[in-house]
Amino acid sequence: MTANAGSIGRSSGAKPSLNGKASRGSILADRAATVVLWGTGALVLLILGSIILHFAMAAWGVVSLSFILDNPSQTTLGGIMPVLWNSIYMLALTMLIAVPVGLLGGIYMAEYAGDNVVTGAIRFAEESISSVPSIVVGLFGLILFVDDFHWGFTALAGALALTFFNLPLMTRLSEQALRAVPQDERSASLALGATKWQTIRHVVVPLAIPGLITGVILTAGRVFGEAAVLLFTAGIGTPPHYNFANLDITNPASPWSPFRPATTLSVYIYKLNSEGLGAFKNQIVDGSAAILISMVLIFNLGARFVGRVLTRRLTAA
Amino acid sequence: MPTTAIYPEPVLRRVEVTAPRANEDAEARPAEIKIATEHVSIQYGEKVAVRDVSLAVEARSIMALIGPSGSGKSTFLRCFNRMNDLIPGASVQGQVCLDDENVMDPDVSVVELRRRVGMVFQRPNPFPMSIFENVAYGPRRRGMNDRRKLDELVETSLKRAALWDEVKDDLRRKSGLALSGGQQQRLCIARVLATDPEVILMDEPASALDPVSTLRIEELMRELREAYTIVIVTHNMQQAARVSDVTAFFTMAEDRAGYLVEVGPTGRIFTRPNERLTEDYISGRFG
Repeated sequence: MTANAGSIGRSSGAKPSLNGKASRGSILADRAATVVLWGTGALVLLILGSIILHFAMAAWGVVSLSFILDNPSQTTLGGIMPVLWNSIYMLALTMLIAVPVGLLGGIYMAEYAGDNVVTGAIRFAEESISSVPSIVVGLFGLILFVDDFHWGFTALAGALALTFFNLPLMTRLSEQALRAVPQDERSASLALGATKWQTIRHVVVPLAIPGLITGVILTAGRVFGEAAVLLFTAGIGTPPHYNFANLDITNPASPWSPFRPATTLSVYIYKLNSEGLGAFKNQIVDGSAAILISMVLIFNLGARFVGRVLTRRLTAA
Repeated sequence: MPTTAIYPEPVLRRVEVTAPRANEDAEARPAEIKIATEHVSIQYGEKVAVRDVSLAVEARSIMALIGPSGSGKSTFLRCFNRMNDLIPGASVQGQVCLDDENVMDPDVSVVELRRRVGMVFQRPNPFPMSIFENVAYGPRRRGMNDRRKLDELVETSLKRAALWDEVKDDLRRKSGLALSGGQQQRLCIARVLATDPEVILMDEPASALDPVSTLRIEELMRELREAYTIVIVTHNMQQAARVSDVTAFFTMAEDRAGYLVEVGPTGRIFTRPNERLTEDYISGRFG
């Protein structure tokens, strides 16, 4: 073998040189690619950094513990507690509906569905709904839940409209996360006599958790930031002073009830910025935006942490 | 089809059960057939991957399937536990009998079949779970939850797979993926043993391992042979000669369909094969 190796390679003609001209072009292209890709990455970081920096500076002196925990006030800076509560409430309610349905849809698409007309139609619908402007989804929610169902502006109507809006994304991301689990893992489980569902439940889903968490984060970010869908469904108004001791979820006066209007942080920013009047309007908008950004960051980090814990629990317990 | 005439009719279809191994003292064991195939052909869509294979594997023996790449050995192996079911477009004709039951019967529970016919894959593929959970996976899926029983089963399985001493201190803390390649493969064997199988299929179980780990797997196979029926696919002819009692040689016809050339006691196949094709292959002239 080794004796032959020499004769297979270049044995006659000019000695090869290590600084041949032919490679100059490709080296240049390689350097250019490095610079461009580095530049793009730096630009993304710069944009993100300047947004955070802008609102951090604008919110300086506005955001304090009382800004987060107090009720709004007509005469002073006041706080944003009710709308912050509504944002968290809407997030939880929407995720409660969208995550299980999206996950089950993703499992169906990744593990059960064949490649046929039906799945083609589902994919087409996923893509179509994803690209419908959110204001149109809001309008649909207004017609269906608020008017036809006579629910009025309620948190539930908002959460369902947000689910319409987010389900395609959640389903698609779940499907991709599940598909990314190596086939070997499925074969190993099935070869041990596990059923298909046991394989999905005990091997595929646990291994897909990092990808599933990404889906949850992206969906959650859209819920937190979404204003247009909620304008027409969960309502827009000055938040009342909530009484958290009222735990009767059927009572629209209770902050725990899904059957009440719920102005969220991003809707509140929109309202204040477009029609707000008070002296502290601009400070409240900047402070709210800073809180919104912080909440998204906290949620992302929290979701990653939960994902790690879940993976550990599901794969080794 | 014109191709049918190109390959010679397999001469020996039944295993010569009276002489398990030519170089062993011929202690004649009663011929108990564990698995037998009758005219098995496997197709992927239009392409015939395996054509008309009939052979029988004796209980508590090791059969090696050898042959060049693409001769359908692995595909054939996968019909014993119906793993071919998972490949879209794959279809199997003929009969595969485990004891006296045709496993191809639509009424057969593949879950039960795969418990009785375990499989070890080419690339060690432990789950990303603790060593304990890897071994307990099969029993747990069948509803065994009793902690003491599981502990006991995991221990005996790991002992039988010759891995216990190396892992007993880290059973629950160490991930199966943190083991070396050879240990991972023995873990996969332990995982199969925990489901209490009768037959173990091994698809080139040592091809990704270093020589020392390979020898350990081979030793282990010789030990397991006392209690289990083993069918192994291997590219390594020395390995087939070292571990197996019976060797089946596959090659492919001109239409690239794999078929069985001959099967017989390993000692004879490697010294006096009946077929010219076998002789060419084992002497390295082809394949």
